[in-house]
Amino acid sequence: MADEMIRLTHIDKASAGVKALQDVSLTIERGKIHCLVGENGCGKSTLIKIIAGVYPRDAGEIVIGGKEFAHLHPIEAIRQGIQVIYQDFSLFPNLTVAENIALNEELADGRKWVSWGSVRRVAEDALAQIDVKLPLNDRVEDMSVANKQLIAISKALRQNAQLIIMDEPTSALTEREVRALFDVIHKLRARGIAFLFVSHKLNEVLEISETIMVMRNGRVVSVGDRKEYNHARLAMEMTGHSVGEKAYVFTPDKRQPPLLRVEGMHAAGALHDISFELYRGEIVGVTGLLGSGRTELALALYGMLPISSGQIYIDDKPASIRSIQSAIDHGIGYVPEDRLTEGLFLEQSIGRNVVVRVIDQLRGAFGLTDPKLVDEQIDTWVGSLRIKTSDPSLPVKTLSGGNQQRVVLAKWLASKPKLMILNGPTVGVDIGSKGELHDMIKELAQQGMGILVISDDIPELLQTCNRILLMRRGRIEAEIDPQATNEDQLATKLVED
Amino acid sequence: MSRILLRTETILFVTIVVLTAVISIINPVFFTIGSLFDLLRSSIVLGIFAMGVLLVIISGGIDVSFAAIAVFASYSTVRILGIVMPEAPLWIAFAVSAVIGLGLGMINAFFISKFKLPPLIVTLGTLSMFRGFLLFAIGNKIIRDIPPSMPAFARTWLVEVGMEAGVSRLHPAVLITAAVAIFVWLILDFTMLGRGIYALGGSRESAERAGFNISRIQYFIYGTVGVFAGIAGLIYASLNRQANPQELVGTELNVIAAVVLGGASLTGGRGTVIGTILGVALVVLMNNSLVLVGIPSTWQRVAVGVIILIGTGLPALQAKRKSRQIARVAES
Repeated sequence: MADEMIRLTHIDKASAGVKALQDVSLTIERGKIHCLVGENGCGKSTLIKIIAGVYPRDAGEIVIGGKEFAHLHPIEAIRQGIQVIYQDFSLFPNLTVAENIALNEELADGRKWVSWGSVRRVAEDALAQIDVKLPLNDRVEDMSVANKQLIAISKALRQNAQLIIMDEPTSALTEREVRALFDVIHKLRARGIAFLFVSHKLNEVLEISETIMVMRNGRVVSVGDRKEYNHARLAMEMTGHSVGEKAYVFTPDKRQPPLLRVEGMHAAGALHDISFELYRGEIVGVTGLLGSGRTELALALYGMLPISSGQIYIDDKPASIRSIQSAIDHGIGYVPEDRLTEGLFLEQSIGRNVVVRVIDQLRGAFGLTDPKLVDEQIDTWVGSLRIKTSDPSLPVKTLSGGNQQRVVLAKWLASKPKLMILNGPTVGVDIGSKGELHDMIKELAQQGMGILVISDDIPELLQTCNRILLMRRGRIEAEIDPQATNEDQLATKLVED
Repeated sequence: MSRILLRTETILFVTIVVLTAVISIINPVFFTIGSLFDLLRSSIVLGIFAMGVLLVIISGGIDVSFAAIAVFASYSTVRILGIVMPEAPLWIAFAVSAVIGLGLGMINAFFISKFKLPPLIVTLGTLSMFRGFLLFAIGNKIIRDIPPSMPAFARTWLVEVGMEAGVSRLHPAVLITAAVAIFVWLILDFTMLGRGIYALGGSRESAERAGFNISRIQYFIYGTVGVFAGIAGLIYASLNRQANPQELVGTELNVIAAVVLGGASLTGGRGTVIGTILGVALVVLMNNSLVLVGIPSTWQRVAVGVIILIGTGLPALQAKRKSRQIARVAES
């Protein structure tokens, strides 16, 4: 293999007595796109840090460009052309685009004085390499996530990157931005730059990669050519068991009045002529590109976006939802997309987060909160939603993404809503927990709750919803039967104009 | 164009001009060269302090001990020189005070960088410590018998202007403040060290990953604050022609207020020398001139407080509006 960029053989690494990596071997060739997949905690991050020289290894060999490195320091790794683009991009929000791109290089050159002319030239040149134009004098904090990522990539290129490691690069990108990113990756690949792409979005992994490596519990489960893999095999190898999800088939009893009926709803600049019904026991998906109005629809139903005309009926009675409080009074619950900032008190305990919405109902003598009632309530929900924690008095931030999402769900379910709106219910959740969350959503619907799932995760929509509403430019464009379509068809419909 | 208009510096400048105009209309005595010299004189010590605080705030830290350092350094200098070298020339006095200030600033830097303690806690602690040590071990009485080079310095002037009520003089110490401001501006805008201070304030983790030596930057920052404090303290003692161990402590909040008004963000990463100069000018103007328009001195504190609330509230509102615009652009 003449074109080998980096080779790791039999890497072992223990941290805090736990074997984080065992006998991991990995070879990446120049100009190849290698994907690393695995659930949270499988050792992906540890492996990246060993390649970047941030963690020392306990055993094994690292060969970069034909040269063995007994001890790989971060500086040495960078010199060898290894660049890691972390999820937070390691950028400076308060500095300009140009300075962010050029700063590392200026620093590495050992400069004492800043030359603003060369900062500008470096930045222009770096962005030209990936055919991107960005306002050089704007601050990075004013850039979109996708642009921040491009800035991080051009910064890496300026440091003579040979291998770019990207940790979950697409988790905050829209479909169109993912396309643009993949274009850039292909362009750079053609110039001989290798990529190690870490992701748990299986569709993207299958699309972009040439070789795939699956890890589980610190070990390599399989390595191979992209052609040998499909969605089911990846999911199986990542979780260790087959995760065949069953679709949700449900035909509502239309003699009963619908739980929710929306007629001709308008919201200025966001929603146009929205009409649909949702019956008890239904899981209705709402999808569309970012900006299609899918989130606005949820916000309008939850009283956060004023509607200019149209009518909402709950149980066949006209409902005027003008505020969050009135939405709650009508039995509507909303789990926001960004659970970290909108849905949870991260520093507070799991238990307190679960009961925060119903604390008023847990009063005992003298109107004070009754700790016994509170504990009962917490135990019920932690148990029934299978929140994996040793102690519900630990802060929520100690939980994994999937379990945090369960806490958000528990918080809402405790107040027994009739209609739940879930915006991106499994964003940032790994595939094992995803399946369990989906099962939970289905169970809730079977118990008679109405559920609106807002998502752009196509497999998720197909597996959990009995109907899907496709939105475009603020209108409902089509109603889709998940049984009568497949992932490719739905994906095409989603992006076509 | 609207960008320039919305900048903190522009808003501050306009505010200062309007305030000056209003004061001058109500009390025409104000609008003279003499008042300008007085205001400049009042800005000397505050301005030097503010330049140090600017460095700290940009790096995402805070220092509340600088006034204690200033009084410690200048008082100790007077005591030491009084014993060792009563006829010391001015530059020796400055050098001794600056070195003492540097030492005390290094103590702050040591705790902040070595133990990664929050700078507010560290400097609150050292504030008490320096002050207590000064009063207990070095002296608690006002010293009027200071090295003669200091009162001599107080009597010098740069420019003299004849006025109806005698002459007005501009003290040359404003040049020291100007030099300090130019030094800080050069460091911040033209050296990698200065960019490191901004980087540290923007994201400490990214700054580490980029390869900045965080600890060295922190030693520079807190050490420089110490040196500036030592110099400012000595100027203060010279102009007052005495060393008073009870002085200066208590002015910290005025200084921090001036820097924040000047557009520096307490969360770090933001701030300019020009903004700070304007912030100092506004605070000095309010502290010294409101009395001329009939606002009692007790109300000046309220007025300063209101200006700070407005001054820090406006940028926050602007930021909010801006982020909403970005969200809209991203969705379209």
